[in-house]
Amino acid sequence: MRKLLTTVFALAVMSGAAYADTIKVGVIGPFSGPFALQGKNFKAGIDAFFAINGNKVGDNQIEVVYRDVPTADPAKSKAFAQELIVKEGVQYLAGFYFTPDAMAAAPLLQQGNVPMVVMNAATSAIVSASPNVVRTSFTTWQTATPIAKVAKEAGASKMITLVSDYGPGIDAENAFKTAFEKEGGKVVESIRMPLNTNDFAPLMQRVKDSGAEALFTFLPSGPPTLAFVKAYNDNGLKTAGIKFYATGDLTQESDLPALADAGVGLQTSFHYAVSHDSPENKAFVAAAEKAIGNPAELSFPAVGAFDGMYVISKMVEATKGKQDAATAVAAVKGLAWTSPRGPVVIDAESRHITQNIYLREVAKDASGKYYNKEIRTFEKQGDPGLAAAKK
Amino acid sequence: MQTVLSIGIDALAYGMILFVISIGLSVTMGLMRVVNLAHGAFAMIGGYLASYAARDLGLHYGLAVLLAVVGTIAIAIPVERFLYRRIYGASELTQVLMTIGITFCVIGIANFVFGPTLKTVPLPPSLSGSVDLGFRSIAIHRLFAIGAGLVVAFALWFLIERTSFGIRIRAAVDNAAMAAALGVRTEIVYAISFAVAIGLAALGGVLGAELLPVEPYYALRYMVTFLVVVSIGGAGSISGALVACLLLGAIDTTGRYLAPEYGEFFFYLAVIVIVTLFPRGLMGRLK
Repeated sequence: MRKLLTTVFALAVMSGAAYADTIKVGVIGPFSGPFALQGKNFKAGIDAFFAINGNKVGDNQIEVVYRDVPTADPAKSKAFAQELIVKEGVQYLAGFYFTPDAMAAAPLLQQGNVPMVVMNAATSAIVSASPNVVRTSFTTWQTATPIAKVAKEAGASKMITLVSDYGPGIDAENAFKTAFEKEGGKVVESIRMPLNTNDFAPLMQRVKDSGAEALFTFLPSGPPTLAFVKAYNDNGLKTAGIKFYATGDLTQESDLPALADAGVGLQTSFHYAVSHDSPENKAFVAAAEKAIGNPAELSFPAVGAFDGMYVISKMVEATKGKQDAATAVAAVKGLAWTSPRGPVVIDAESRHITQNIYLREVAKDASGKYYNKEIRTFEKQGDPGLAAAKK
Repeated sequence: MQTVLSIGIDALAYGMILFVISIGLSVTMGLMRVVNLAHGAFAMIGGYLASYAARDLGLHYGLAVLLAVVGTIAIAIPVERFLYRRIYGASELTQVLMTIGITFCVIGIANFVFGPTLKTVPLPPSLSGSVDLGFRSIAIHRLFAIGAGLVVAFALWFLIERTSFGIRIRAAVDNAAMAAALGVRTEIVYAISFAVAIGLAALGGVLGAELLPVEPYYALRYMVTFLVVVSIGGAGSISGALVACLLLGAIDTTGRYLAPEYGEFFFYLAVIVIVTLFPRGLMGRLK
């Protein structure tokens, strides 16, 4: 009898331990090097989530383990993902700023019984790489499609596209072209610019010669965006009335102080602006600014990370802390909540986030700070890129 | 015709900006025989100082430029005294390792002190905006950079070829021991020419900031372009660097207009052809 009691007690203790575990989440992102700012935003978003919601789900404590992949490096990303799953015993993988990094780690998910929550990488195809992938960021197709409508309604019928010559740039070109032609407009020329272009003056001459009434551009945030906008202003395109449209990558909040007056009036479409007016966002921004240290550095990857942690917390809740990727992913399919960016849903079929896309205009507030002012909302935008890829 | 003229002007402006940024490197590599991979780092320090002075302290642009040049030289003097002086005349590998190490240190420090965001140097009203040339408009700042490039080219040429200090530099470079025996204080000559080269790097960093905005990875990002200019022009040759910049500026700008999808293909094709035909650069000094 005593022996039986001991066994029962031991079992109780053991199962108790199993239900009050520390659940590890492995986050892979660029935390040093040229893209360190984006990694810092991941971390700020995650820290903000813990600051607001605490790091406990039920009895389980969530612990985040970071791994640094400074630039897009699929081999390194895969090695870290494997190390996190096998040695660290993480139950969830998250982060991923670059598409190739997410793609490289995706084949490990099934065997490792681990869900992946993509917090940034924006190529449509990632969700097809494994049934365990859920994405809380955006796709380039998703953000580039609505602005075609804006351009057409503003009176442009002939447009030129200029995109950086790499995956997301080409996505943006295709997305815009598809949407603009659907609206009845015509893209007269599509230029792909090498990633390391620093003098855009000759390209502005191309824009002038093409006879387009407006231009659409996609550039990854960083030094070239500044040179591009300056070239647009300095070469007289602005005064010639050629309108400027882009995705929000170009007016990332951390780049706005450098763009300064040159950026005022630029219209971009994106899923999140730090200035978004809602109580959820105010609470998020306050916590994230505290986490990142310098408020000027806060931008969109933070909200992807914040919502990514929300999704993971729901997964932990559904699996009660046990490692079960299929249940975890199934639990968040169709999950709807109010994110700092507005109402969002994880689409049950694609596992990608359906969200509002906002048209924003760069403006200057009373204190002289530049911000993205939301002027129009395109509600419940899914990812048109996945459908386009299936065709 | 209008397009040709327009591209010509873009090419001239881009070439002159390249010249202002790269000429300091030509001086260190040609006259001091140091492969200074930290050139970009010093240009970046200049950019950061100017940005800090003009943006955060609200000083006038001219004053900010002056402060950037003087400040960068002040930072560089102890670096020269304690680090560079050991590698004069050392093998190229030693020089490369040392200077790339300095570059990484500067990147880390810049990231820590100024943060990873882009910094620009705000222009005064007299330099911002653009002027109408009749057939196109061009940024006033670019005209200013063209002018500054010409002034720098002339002043350097005058200093090296026409003054007694220039004679001492050339003597010290060709045969330091003999120059010292004749009473030239080679250490001081080296220190001064190093300071001049660093000052030019800082000036280039500030003037080029409109095109190449300052951020911590500036130090490495544009280093290849600077090295290409020096190897095409011939290390140490002022006129060579000027011709190289104008030529490369013209090829790059035209290529970018006609066939942007080819990227830097035309640029590097030209580099290969020129280096094959002139292994010492267009106007390299013979050893």
